Amino acid sequence: MSRARADEEEYWHSSKFRAFTFDDEDDELSQLKESKRAVNSLRDIVDDDDDDLERVSWSGEPVGSISWSIKETASSSTSSLEGQDSSLQRGSSSYAAFPKQVSSYSLSSLFKGRNKLPSFQSLSDALSDTGVKNYAPELRRPKAEYKDYSSDWSPKDTVRRMQRGKVCSLERFRSLQDKLVLLDEAVAGHDGNVITAVLIFLKRTLRREILFRELEVRQVALCHLIHFLKETGEQKLLLDLLRFLDKTEEVALSQYREHLNIQDVEKRREFLKGCIGLPFSAEDTSHIQDHYTLLERQIIIEANDRHLETAGQSEIFRKYPRKASILNMPLVTTLFYSCFYHYTEAEGTFSSPTNLKKTFKIPDKQYVLTALAARAKLRAWDDVDALFTTKNWLGYTKKKAPVGFHRVVEILQRNNAPVQVLQEYVRLVEDVETRLNLATKYKCHDVVIETYRDLKDRIQLTAYKCKVERGSAEEEKINSILNN
Amino acid sequence: REDRGRSPQRDFHILFVPRRSLLCEQWLKEQGVLGSFIHREQYSLDLIPFDGDLLSMESESAFKECYLESDQTSLYHAAKGLMTLQALYGTIPQIFGKGECARHVANMMIRMKREFPGSQNSIFPVFDTLLLLDRNVDLLTPLATQLTYEGLIDEIYGIQNTYVKLPPEKFAPKKQGEGGKDLPTEPKKLQLNSAEELYAEIRDKNFNAVGSVLSKKAKIISAAFEERHHAKTVGEIKQFVSQLPHMQAARSSLANHTSIAELIKDITTSEDFFDNLTVEQEFMSGIDTDKVNNYLEDCIAQKHPLIKILRLVCLQSVCNSGLKQKVLDHYKREILQTYGYEHILTLNNLEKAGLLKPQTSGRNNYPTIRKTLRLWMDDVNEQNPNDISYVYSGYAPLSVRLAQLLARPGWRSIEEVLKMLPGPHFEERQQLPTGLQKKRQHGENRVTLVFFLGGVTYAEIAALRFLSQMEDGGTEYVIATTKLINGTSWIKSLMEKLEPAPF
Repeated sequence: MSRARADEEEYWHSSKFRAFTFDDEDDELSQLKESKRAVNSLRDIVDDDDDDLERVSWSGEPVGSISWSIKETASSSTSSLEGQDSSLQRGSSSYAAFPKQVSSYSLSSLFKGRNKLPSFQSLSDALSDTGVKNYAPELRRPKAEYKDYSSDWSPKDTVRRMQRGKVCSLERFRSLQDKLVLLDEAVAGHDGNVITAVLIFLKRTLRREILFRELEVRQVALCHLIHFLKETGEQKLLLDLLRFLDKTEEVALSQYREHLNIQDVEKRREFLKGCIGLPFSAEDTSHIQDHYTLLERQIIIEANDRHLETAGQSEIFRKYPRKASILNMPLVTTLFYSCFYHYTEAEGTFSSPTNLKKTFKIPDKQYVLTALAARAKLRAWDDVDALFTTKNWLGYTKKKAPVGFHRVVEILQRNNAPVQVLQEYVRLVEDVETRLNLATKYKCHDVVIETYRDLKDRIQLTAYKCKVERGSAEEEKINSILNN
Repeated sequence: REDRGRSPQRDFHILFVPRRSLLCEQWLKEQGVLGSFIHREQYSLDLIPFDGDLLSMESESAFKECYLESDQTSLYHAAKGLMTLQALYGTIPQIFGKGECARHVANMMIRMKREFPGSQNSIFPVFDTLLLLDRNVDLLTPLATQLTYEGLIDEIYGIQNTYVKLPPEKFAPKKQGEGGKDLPTEPKKLQLNSAEELYAEIRDKNFNAVGSVLSKKAKIISAAFEERHHAKTVGEIKQFVSQLPHMQAARSSLANHTSIAELIKDITTSEDFFDNLTVEQEFMSGIDTDKVNNYLEDCIAQKHPLIKILRLVCLQSVCNSGLKQKVLDHYKREILQTYGYEHILTLNNLEKAGLLKPQTSGRNNYPTIRKTLRLWMDDVNEQNPNDISYVYSGYAPLSVRLAQLLARPGWRSIEEVLKMLPGPHFEERQQLPTGLQKKRQHGENRVTLVFFLGGVTYAEIAALRFLSQMEDGGTEYVIATTKLINGTSWIKSLMEKLEPAPF
């Protein structure tokens, strides 16, 4: 890079374009700052409607290095420029910097339809060939940029230039009419960055009501603005816009989304409470309500349990210390937690499983599965039993489940339930084939034997004999059945 | 700013790839650091070649932007990419399209051509036809689990820019005498493209057909290595040695792919994979798509990964032209209760995208579409396929069927069905300079560029390649897209980010 820098310095000092630098009058100095900025944002040097500017560069580097060199020399001479950078940047929001459109050398020239490929020519060739104009297109450029101030680019042309990545001052479009034409042109051009830039300008220079009104009939621009406001986090303006458009559900969801940014639980709870009244759809409203209620409960449970844990009196917390807090966990996870730590509590307390079930209308199926998983983990087989036992009106108990018993078996097995317990439930599996599969898999011999007996399948029963231990009770059982 | 204070000598440059965005610059400006960058450039990548017949823009957010946010900037870039392509390979005389976005891209292309008349060039057109397809014309295909070799690698491990990272255990070189003491801990990174002979041969096959290819290859390579025993003369030995590098490369390639195939097989033979696939196929063949599905419910209850649930539930919705309100509410409630209420936001996005929505018209169009386009083929042959449905072992990707029917006999034969699919369909012709009109020789294939706006899966690519090499197909396909996707990455791009923003 330094070699290039030396070259450029040399050229710089020998070029007749020296005239326009820092010794110029004040207004040109400020213009230089503007153009410096323009140049720094690396535009597309080769303009499609300028004629033969080839992308010749000093040492084959991208032309941007020229702009780099200008900045270097500029900044080294006037360090004050740096200080003013920030203020100027704010002021320059009327400029829009846009991406250049063309991707690479050969493609761009082909795209222009010229058959000569860009030449990475040596310095001397460049000198002799295309004339002084090519040396420092950057140097030549800013003068043309100056013209931007005074010349009248129509909205259409402005958009065109913006698409090509040129700096354009939009300030000149003062009347509402002009601004709207500019916007429509930008939309017609389809380039998102241009549309966004124009919208930023309009947002700054138009009264809100007018802006909203105009956007209402311009769907594409409207969507762009909404997206822009979402990205920049301008929540208030976004909500105002959505309310204006009567996009009530969008407003609600947008507002709700904000809760994710609130880390403090109490504040989040308050925020969610506020969300309940928002115009969600009927279904969603109940979900938001549930979300709030759940968090409220979790805060209470968390505080209480933490107290219990530190006090050290509660056995369950001693045996199974908590690995994480229950805050912000989904409902089912909370239910599992409650079935694990607070199973026996009466319905009145906030932490009892039955209370949760009632408050959130948890369906039987989900409840039973979760309670089963929790009790199985604690190896509380009696509790498991009680879950499925119902007394009918005659006083007889029988086992029932809102899910297939094969699911119960699965969960029990995952928690390493002893065979006797497993066997109970395998026996209850309705589908014979599944029952046999599970029984064989988990070595519930009695069930296998009984099932084969019921099926009157001598062959299988005999075959199964080799799977049981010699001299065991099971073997005897098989033999006695076979002999009858 | 901090960095600058630390090392004032350092120059900071920023390179935006693929293109700079105004929002980025705005934000940098607000932070007060925009001026600190000496260079702000953009390195424009529009269409990136991934293989001899595959181009991608790798724009992850294209689908979300176009269909959720009505931001069509990525379409603009697609159009520009196409203009560049035409500059290199000649103006494409015929443009067909289906979908709103397709229409936009075509309009932009035509307009760009008008505005730069100088770009008319004298290159002989390589492409005869351009087919632009919106992703939302076929929302079904990305949701189903791909069953080609490459598709499965992507589904399970994720292929990033033709590279895949695999668990290293199976790739540890087996040296004699060393009892596996140094097991590698870094994931094994492999590059996958058609430069690798074996990969090119097996990538697009249905996974069940890969095993036999590998074992045949193993025999061939073994036999080749055995040749060294037959080499007697110096000349023969010399010849053998000269072929050695190629044989070694082939052997290492075979070893890698045998390991990968083993890894995949472990997954595809699992009960969970089988159950999932069964339900997918039930939905795709139209069975019980209007009821709450037991397997799905069980998966939610067992808290399977959320994306898997979302893929299945969206698949059911698409195969039913939307779910009945009761069924939809039931699923939503279960999902929110199990995974958290904040997922309302994601569910809302999925509804907006048309993936998980209530049935509006009260009618289910899917059976008609399925029957007319022959999307479900019962008699699929995985080993020696005769139809594109082999890529999903029974389901023919809707998008590829549309391409297939366009070539022969043309879309007029499926007008009715086309109307059931979202978005307009159209045809445009672009003028070629005189003398460039191509006259196809008899037996010469037409070349069609298929551009998927919103993403394409490897299975669809495989299906198009299958069509290309069909004996009397008549058309060769080149594929372009905004992004290479699979069901998981696609749904992920539509999920609401739930962590607070870092800024």
